[in-house]
Amino acid sequence: MTLSTLFQHILTGISLGGAYALIAIGYTMVYGILRLINFAHGDIFMMAGYFMIFAMVSLPWQIAIPLVCIITVILGVVIERVAYKPLRSAPRMSIMISAIAISYLLQNLATYLFTALPRAFPEIPFLKKIFQIGNVSSSLVTFITPILTIILVVGLMFLINHTKIGMAMRAVSKDFETAQLMGIRINNVISATFAIGSFLAAVGAILYFTDRMSVTPFSGMLPGLKCFVAAVLGGIGSIPGAMVGGFVIGLCETILVAMGYSTFSDAFTFTLLIIILLFRPTGLFGEKIIDKV
Amino acid sequence: MKTSKNLIYSLILAVVTLALLFFLEVNKAKYGMAYTVLTKGIILAVVAVSMNLVTGFTGLFSLGQAGFMAIGAYVTAIFLIPTNSIEEVYYMSGVSPAILTFKTWLESTPLWFQSLLPYIALTAGGLVAALFAALIGIPVLRLKSDYLAIATLGFSEIMRAIISSPQMDTITNGSYGLKKIQGFSSLIQVFLIAAVCITFMILLIRSTYGRAFKAIREDEIAAEAMGINLFKHKSLSFIIGSFFAAVSGGMLAMFMRSIDAKTFTVSLTYDILLIVVVGGIGSITGSILSSLLVTASKEWWLRFFDSPLYIGSFQVPLFKTGFRMVIFSVVLLLIVLFYQRGLMGRNEFSWDGLAKAFNKLKSKSSNKGGSKIA
Repeated sequence: MTLSTLFQHILTGISLGGAYALIAIGYTMVYGILRLINFAHGDIFMMAGYFMIFAMVSLPWQIAIPLVCIITVILGVVIERVAYKPLRSAPRMSIMISAIAISYLLQNLATYLFTALPRAFPEIPFLKKIFQIGNVSSSLVTFITPILTIILVVGLMFLINHTKIGMAMRAVSKDFETAQLMGIRINNVISATFAIGSFLAAVGAILYFTDRMSVTPFSGMLPGLKCFVAAVLGGIGSIPGAMVGGFVIGLCETILVAMGYSTFSDAFTFTLLIIILLFRPTGLFGEKIIDKV
Repeated sequence: MKTSKNLIYSLILAVVTLALLFFLEVNKAKYGMAYTVLTKGIILAVVAVSMNLVTGFTGLFSLGQAGFMAIGAYVTAIFLIPTNSIEEVYYMSGVSPAILTFKTWLESTPLWFQSLLPYIALTAGGLVAALFAALIGIPVLRLKSDYLAIATLGFSEIMRAIISSPQMDTITNGSYGLKKIQGFSSLIQVFLIAAVCITFMILLIRSTYGRAFKAIREDEIAAEAMGINLFKHKSLSFIIGSFFAAVSGGMLAMFMRSIDAKTFTVSLTYDILLIVVVGGIGSITGSILSSLLVTASKEWWLRFFDSPLYIGSFQVPLFKTGFRMVIFSVVLLLIVLFYQRGLMGRNEFSWDGLAKAFNKLKSKSSNKGGSKIA
């Protein structure tokens, strides 16, 4: 492997990692507040891909992208209101089954509406422009993804640490019931969390599918699971952690694929999950949680 | 007095079921659909009960069923592909020498052994899956509920990826799958195997082990304080659950006669979860009933959702391929949201329960709009 191909792989890995990081943040925020693995998050990401395909049919990309983000946000918030809100006090397993039901529903709905055949993702000419640095050439999207990810994460950190809604989010994730007693409208906070998560998933979907070129009803499944692992790696509840986790998993996966172990790159992610949970269950940046009896 | 009456009822039910099976066996051609649905339903009942054992009775939310079924299906298939057509099945990439020597060895075994081969194949599939379950159980079962779900789901996806990977071509035939698997001799055989599996699980749940499982489900910490070895019982439940999931996978392979890795996606696990939730999490008879019911609706009664429907010359909107599955996912969601106990809740079917339900229904209809029934 020459230096330039290595560099090329690293660049691809970082770009993939950026998209993963954006999805992982959605998982980590929802888990931080509701203690729920939002199984449907990967499918929201997939739906965003389909929305983009249909938006681009008649609209220029400058309008299509914000429109897709808005629709995805609405989808995420509606899912929370319909499927998770009625189960706030239900046992943990019921909420998880509800999340699975939503994931199952979105996959089946996508199969029903758009058929199971892969659909070509529209090309955004601006993102597909080829750049050349020395021997390494790549499309603009590869460069933009990590930069955009970092900008969004910095913005999100500002939102969480310096605004009122951010403070409410932190309070709710610390202690659900006390926050409620302090007069925080937890339903609004949870909706805001889902809105942010879905927005980032939409951005992630546009960047991810621009590189992949096609969408199927099941293309949200594996990225979704991997991004959950990324969130666990970074320490669930921690946003910078999710970002780092996303980059690490994206890089490792690309390098494994480049070395010819493409079938085992998925296996690697889940082995990583088990190793983290055994040796450092709080992840890289997570806080320690003690189970009280 | 009462118990003997119930016993008689149960015997009558068993005799009626057997008679029905014989009738279907004889008139296979005429009632093809019922035959298929019953076979598939009872096969899925085995895996649904096994999932209920792990999820409903032990409280471990495991989503690895499809992976274990895949292991069982592939092991069973390799046992049951006739030796003379094995080259034909692996026409793309050739067959691994290990399988070839194994198959010639099977050929040389005595005839009684070969006639038992389907049972041996299913057991072998189950044992391989149980071994996998024991190995991955060591790290995975220490995880908390939701992490366990993701880890087992991940395991199932890894299993599928490994089965369809080019490195395994000479064993699993990659993405071409395995064909020409020896099928069941009759519907009664399917029912007998399923009955043995389910009876074993019922006996397990009624034993001391079963009570320990339920204690773990209710409160892990309290169970541990009562002297229940958490890890031992969790792995026992997980291993036995995986064993029967794999047996069911093997039966599915025998039923379909050909398998490939695409059969065992996460959707299969979700289908089984649907059955368990509809039947009631923590009810064996609920799982069996709902497995037959869901399979019949899916493959037979609700098929019409998937084809365009015309009333006169008016085409009913929405009806096209895939609509059926949308309805099933909505049903799953509605049950979780509004009717969490499913068909049976945590109750088991009993004649007394049936009589009670019948009486309740009667009194309800006799005083319409009358007294409140709590």
